Parts: sequence; C-alpha cells; structure tokens
Amino acid sequence: MSTPLLSAQNVSIYYGDKQAVRDVNLTVQRGTVNALIGPSGCGKTTFLRAINRMHDLTPGARVTGRIVLDGEDVYGPGVDPVTMRRRVGMVFQKPNPFPTMSVFDNVVSGLKLAGVRDRARLMDVAERSLRGAALWDEVKDRLKTPATGLSGGQQQRLCIARALAVEPELLLMDEPTSALDPASTARIEDLMTGLKQVTTILIVTHNMHQAARVSDTTSFFLNGDLVEHGATDQVFTSPRDERTEAYVTGRFG
Amino acid sequence: MTAQSTPLSGRPRPRLSAARRLRNLLMGVLIALSTVVVVAPLLLIFFYLLREGLGAMNLEFFTRTPAPEGETGGGLLNAILGSLQMLAMASVLGVGVGVAGGIFLAEYPRHPLMPTVRMLSDVLAGIPAIVMGLVAYGLIVLQFGFSGLAGAVALGFLMIPIVVRTTEEVLKLVPVTVREAGLSLGLPQWLVILRIVLPAAAGGIITGVMLALARVAGEAAPLLFTAFGNPLVNLDPTKPMSALPLEIYRGATSAYDENQRLAKAGALLLILIIFATSLLARRASRRR
Repeated sequence: MSTPLLSAQNVSIYYGDKQAVRDVNLTVQRGTVNALIGPSGCGKTTFLRAINRMHDLTPGARVTGRIVLDGEDVYGPGVDPVTMRRRVGMVFQKPNPFPTMSVFDNVVSGLKLAGVRDRARLMDVAERSLRGAALWDEVKDRLKTPATGLSGGQQQRLCIARALAVEPELLLMDEPTSALDPASTARIEDLMTGLKQVTTILIVTHNMHQAARVSDTTSFFLNGDLVEHGATDQVFTSPRDERTEAYVTGRFG
Repeated sequence: MTAQSTPLSGRPRPRLSAARRLRNLLMGVLIALSTVVVVAPLLLIFFYLLREGLGAMNLEFFTRTPAPEGETGGGLLNAILGSLQMLAMASVLGVGVGVAGGIFLAEYPRHPLMPTVRMLSDVLAGIPAIVMGLVAYGLIVLQFGFSGLAGAVALGFLMIPIVVRTTEEVLKLVPVTVREAGLSLGLPQWLVILRIVLPAAAGGIITGVMLALARVAGEAAPLLFTAFGNPLVNLDPTKPMSALPLEIYRGATSAYDENQRLAKAGALLLILIIFATSLLARRASRRR
C-alpha cells in the first residue's frame, strides 16, 4: 500500500472546555471514498472540518494532535491555512452557491477571484468541472444565468463542480445529500464513484445505506471516539466492535 | 364519490351574543382611531406644507437665489445645490467609514478591538447633531473658516453610526456557509468578504446609506456654524455654502412674507426628497 493521502494522529478537538473529538487515528488512501458515520453529535462533522482548518474561525475551538496531508502537517508552524484549504475542497450540507454570481462565475470562482483572467482557461475549467459533476448538459445553455435559479439538486452539483474546479487533492463532503430528494441523491452518489479518478473523498453521512453504497472504507464515530475504522464491507457485515454492530443494524442512532 | 358529502360549514355557527358583538365593534373603532392618531401628524404636516409651500414652488424656486429682504421672487437654488454637494461629500465619509466599520463588526468578531469599536459606534449614534457640528467647527472651521466641506464633515459623522449599524445587520444575514464555501476554495478572508459577502449584502447596505442620507438631509443644527449658509450659489467646497434646512431656518424666522413662503416651499421639497429617498431605499432592499 502506498503512503496514505491523509493521516490523522491522536486528533482531539475542543470547543472551549468541551471535548468534541477524542484521540482519533485514521488514514485515508488516495483515490478512495471514505465514509464517516455515527449518530448526531458524535463528532464526525467536527473532525471533517478540522481537516481544512474551518475551526480556525470558530471562537474557542482548538485542535490538538497531527493531521498530515500528503506529507505536510496541516497545523504545522508556518503553514498558511489559505494555501492549505486550496488543496482540500468542501461540499456542505445545504447547497450554498454564491448568491450574486452566475452559474459560470460560481464554478470558476476559486480561480477567478484568485486572479485568473484567461477566458479560455476559465471556460475550459468550467466545462471540465461541470462535466465532472454531471451538470454540464443541464446548464451549458444557461451559464450566464443566476446560480440561485437552479434546482436544489443542481445547486449541490454546482457546488461540487465549484470545489472540483480548483483540483483539490481531497474533497470533504458534509452530508451532501441530506437536503436533497431521492433522485438528486442518487445522481450525486453515482457521481462519487467517478470522482475517485480525480480526487479522494471523505464523506460524512447520516445515511448508512449511502455509506454502504458509495464508500471503500467506513469510520464509525460515537461520542467523540472513533470506534471502528475499516473496509466498508467488513464494517457493515462483520464489525469488530459490538457498538458498531448495534449502530449499523439500526438498534440505535 | 357518493352524492352525500358533508360540507365543511355544515355545522351551524353559534350566533355571537349582542354584548360580544358590541365589544367587537368598540375595539374595531378604537383600533381605527389609534391608526388615525399615528398617521394624522404626518398628514397634517404634509398638507400644511402643500398648502403653504406649493404656490412658491415654481420655476424660479429651482433656478434663482433668494431675493434681497423685502423684495419678491427668488428661489432656493443656492440651498438645493448646497445640500446636494454637502450630502455627496458627507456620503464619502459616512459610507467609507461606516461600511468599513460594519464589515469589521460583522466579520471579525474575534478581533480584540471589536468591543471598543462597537461601543464607540453606539456612543456616536447617541451624540446630538449640534455636538457633531461643534466637532467639525473645532476641527476645520477654527483653522480654515466656514465651508461646505466643514458642514459635510459634520453630516458625515452623523451618517457613520447609521451606516455601521445597517451594514453589520445585513452582513450577518448572509449565511455562514457562503463564507465557508469561499474559504474552502482557498480564498483569503478579505477576498471572500469583498467579492462574495459584500455583493450579497449590497441591497441592504444601499438601503442603510439612503436612510442615513434621508436622516442627515434635514439637519440644520450642525450646519449653522460649519457651512454657515450663503445667499449665492457656491460650487467651491472651501467656501460657505447654503443648505435647505439653513434656508428654512432663516426664512421661517424672517419678518418678510416672501422669505417665509420660500422657507415653506423649501420644507416641502425637503420632505419630498426624504420621502423619495425612503421609497428608493425600500425598493433597493426588496430587490435583493
């Protein structure tokens, strides 16, 4: 096995005095989809947001331990969170296109706002990203229309395209389908398998069937602890921990 | 579907008792009266000014300067142009500092200076307009003499806390996840605020600026000893300048009917400007 893309070592996260994540150790291999599951408030989203340093802006939030992305310590001294975030994309629970921008401007916003002016290149990136998010055919004739005019499912795929446009090494997805209807959910799940060609995915989900369908590895969180981490088949069919078994068989959560 | 369906209103409604209907009527009348009490002063002012001022609002009113005391005719061109110039200059100060302050309060809540800035802005909002005039007097007039610029600085100071407050409020309405989406693309925070959050809040900020303008357009006190007033049209901001509230003050306290008529027409114009600005502000905020 090659060196992992991401490795978390003894990661603990605090909100003030309250510890939300306790001593998590986890590795993620390149080109895989990895699911974080667990009941509400178990720390899976908190852990996800530590990886791209989203907690930097939350008053009182603190991360200890080491998170290493492709050999570089995310919280190392002298590491610029802005540069770090550029390498890690994120898709949020609710679709959040930039409200004043067109479809096209949304997709290329990561490049355009960072100073890329080359129209041909932007157009190229927009098409590639929208194709990657399986949205190109639906929006290719309305690239200049406001992004807020798209349906919820289309908006979420637009957000995926926007994240893909900056070519992240790792794509974090925080319950990306929880606000969507079943048809849109299915489209995004289909998408994820293809996205493994270009990036690596870490997805938080409440939906265990979704985790079973799309992921290669699954991590089960409970009360801030990483209870079990392994290949998805193994976690769902022969879990090592009885708490995992209780959760995946639907006895709680 | 069977022919026999029960209509929703099938159950007979109990008749209201006479006492209850009477109370209902009484309350209805009371509520209507309260509405009249609230709206009446506004309408009285408006109709009074229409009756007294509309007659003087002719072409001359908009194209001439006030006639010398005791003579008929003349207009308030000097005051109209003076007000416009000073409001434009005041906006530069009020919008510049106000929007920057609003951004600071809304977007940098963890900054150690935040509580101080918040308190200063709140105190500034409570300072009487005439005191702002004194500040501009001390800062500018004592050294450079009366000028439109000094008046604009006083009005600008008055605008700052209003613009700070509305900017902060509307920025907070922009969802946190929109900011996070920007940050997660590897954009620095200032760029996210400037290019993503601010445009999303633009309608609301424009509303705040318009309301601030409407508020300071009618101020006479801070202009008395800063802009001072000028019977002639003046386009030089370093010289004394007239303004609508100043002409209203002078005209209304004048012994001559002609000056009083001009003052009332000026007051009507001022009210119309404020009315129009408020309407525009509402349109701007609704368009978002």
